[in-house]
Amino acid sequence: MGLYFLQRFALALSILFIAVSALYAIMVMLPGDPTSVLLGPRATEEMRANYALQMGLNDPVIVQILNFWGRIINGDLGQDVLRNRPVSEPVLQALPYTAALIAAAIIWSATLGILLGALSAAKRNTAFDRITGILSVAFIAAPSFVVALWSLLVFAVLLRWFPAIGAGEPGNLPDQLYHLILPGFAIGLSWVGYIARIVRASMLEVMSENHIRTASAFGIPRYRIIYIYALRVAVLPAVTVLGVGVGGLLSSAVFAEIVFARPGIGKLIYESVTSRNYPVVMGCMLVSIGFFLTCTLIADFINALLDPRLRSKK
Amino acid sequence: MSFRYTLAGRLLRDPLAVLGLSIIVLLVLSALFADHLSPHAYAELNIANRFASPSLEHWLGTDNLGRDTLSRVLQGGRIALLVGILSVVIAGGIGLLLGTLAGFGPRWLDNTILFLFDTMRAYPTIILALALATLMPRGLSTVIIVVVLTSFSEYGRVARTQTQSLREHEFIAAERALGASSIRIILRHILPNILGPFFILVAINLPVVITIEAGMSFLGVGVPPGTPSWGSTLKDGFDHIRTTPWLILGGGIPLILVTIGFTFLGEALRDVLDPKLRGER
Repeated sequence: MGLYFLQRFALALSILFIAVSALYAIMVMLPGDPTSVLLGPRATEEMRANYALQMGLNDPVIVQILNFWGRIINGDLGQDVLRNRPVSEPVLQALPYTAALIAAAIIWSATLGILLGALSAAKRNTAFDRITGILSVAFIAAPSFVVALWSLLVFAVLLRWFPAIGAGEPGNLPDQLYHLILPGFAIGLSWVGYIARIVRASMLEVMSENHIRTASAFGIPRYRIIYIYALRVAVLPAVTVLGVGVGGLLSSAVFAEIVFARPGIGKLIYESVTSRNYPVVMGCMLVSIGFFLTCTLIADFINALLDPRLRSKK
Repeated sequence: MSFRYTLAGRLLRDPLAVLGLSIIVLLVLSALFADHLSPHAYAELNIANRFASPSLEHWLGTDNLGRDTLSRVLQGGRIALLVGILSVVIAGGIGLLLGTLAGFGPRWLDNTILFLFDTMRAYPTIILALALATLMPRGLSTVIIVVVLTSFSEYGRVARTQTQSLREHEFIAAERALGASSIRIILRHILPNILGPFFILVAINLPVVITIEAGMSFLGVGVPPGTPSWGSTLKDGFDHIRTTPWLILGGGIPLILVTIGFTFLGEALRDVLDPKLRGER
């Protein structure tokens, strides 16, 4: 178990290293002088030379990449030369907002998805089951940024039930939760569909297994079998899928943060891209790839805990 | 011949597949004949008549420059399909090649390619798109490169798994005993057997690709300014959300329809071609 997890951890670390290094290399090697892009055409030769020196642009690419990782290991994400602050400052400020948004989306979509999936499986082939099935596909099909725009239009602009912009007053928890509702709804909606379908499928599988048949032979009431014995097992695949799905949620969060003008990693990376602030872009990439890999690791770990066969499998 | 007949026959018996197919056919036709169907030229400006609500003259109203929204949405379908088909073909080709190589080749090659797939999957699509957009010129080719980079590994994975399970079969061993080369085995026996699951993935992946294009154009890192795309219509609508709701509706509806169409088709294909895969994802 420990060895298996150590292997996965080493693999994730090497993926992180290669993925971020490759991006760094592309950024440095692509034609075009980053100093003139950053400082504008009117920058003097001296300003450019100074900036190139600060960024270490004169070193060979390999050295630059190794220096970059050397700084990361020491907990330094680099220097935001454009605004003269450490990159970690805006990144650490933004991260909790994005994490809260993703957590809100996961909580509401998992709750509703599991409920719908379990009810569908229990009422298999009824009208309820069919309607839920079609609704699930419709939810999955709705791109999250269209949902974000439409819910902004309907609930914030036309009905004025929810605020249109911002993340709420800092320190005021009810206000912050209030601001979380629409964006959380937007990026969670398709996951309701996913989870409902996964839970329904695995419920049906579990229900045909021996221990469930034994339970009903013992005269345990049907609702108890479905909602306690079967559901407890059937939820597990959904948990795993959600762990890997965080990558997709990160992409959706970019749109939700822009549409609802919320602070967060997505908004930060978007603003850094528009101002060509490469160090911050790299910092955000590193953090998002690391976040995604951590979530897949957690999913792997849960998977291995539940299914011992997976430990020896590649 | 008879297999094809059964495939089509079984697909057409599924009402959701028929619905999906009809949406796709409508989309393709409207994209092909966009020039004839558009009531106005898509770039025709009419500043005096900006933000018009839907009328007989402008079925979906007009945008912030007085351009006809319906005409732009029809033209946007072309961009969506062009990007979708090109990137799926390129990504599918690369994935197929790498996947069969990994599944058929020696262990070290398999491990290397698998590592590449894992690495590519680690990039969150839209965030990678934004990062690359700082480095590449704005345009369709950048959109296609980004989409190919983020999606080829998925095709590769499917091709690899299929190849691996096929190479253990007896008919492959028999073919090898008869002196067939690896290339012949891959082309004549492995490839045709991979294509089923592969097309399911294409149908499921196409709307994802189209959504990425719209998303990139929405963020201003997709199609060049002025080009009609569903994403840029949505962006115009977002910028003027308090003035008119029609742009957001007009840009969003086709995007949702396309996704529903291809999702229904993909699911029906999966049920018909590969019942084993049912319930996955």
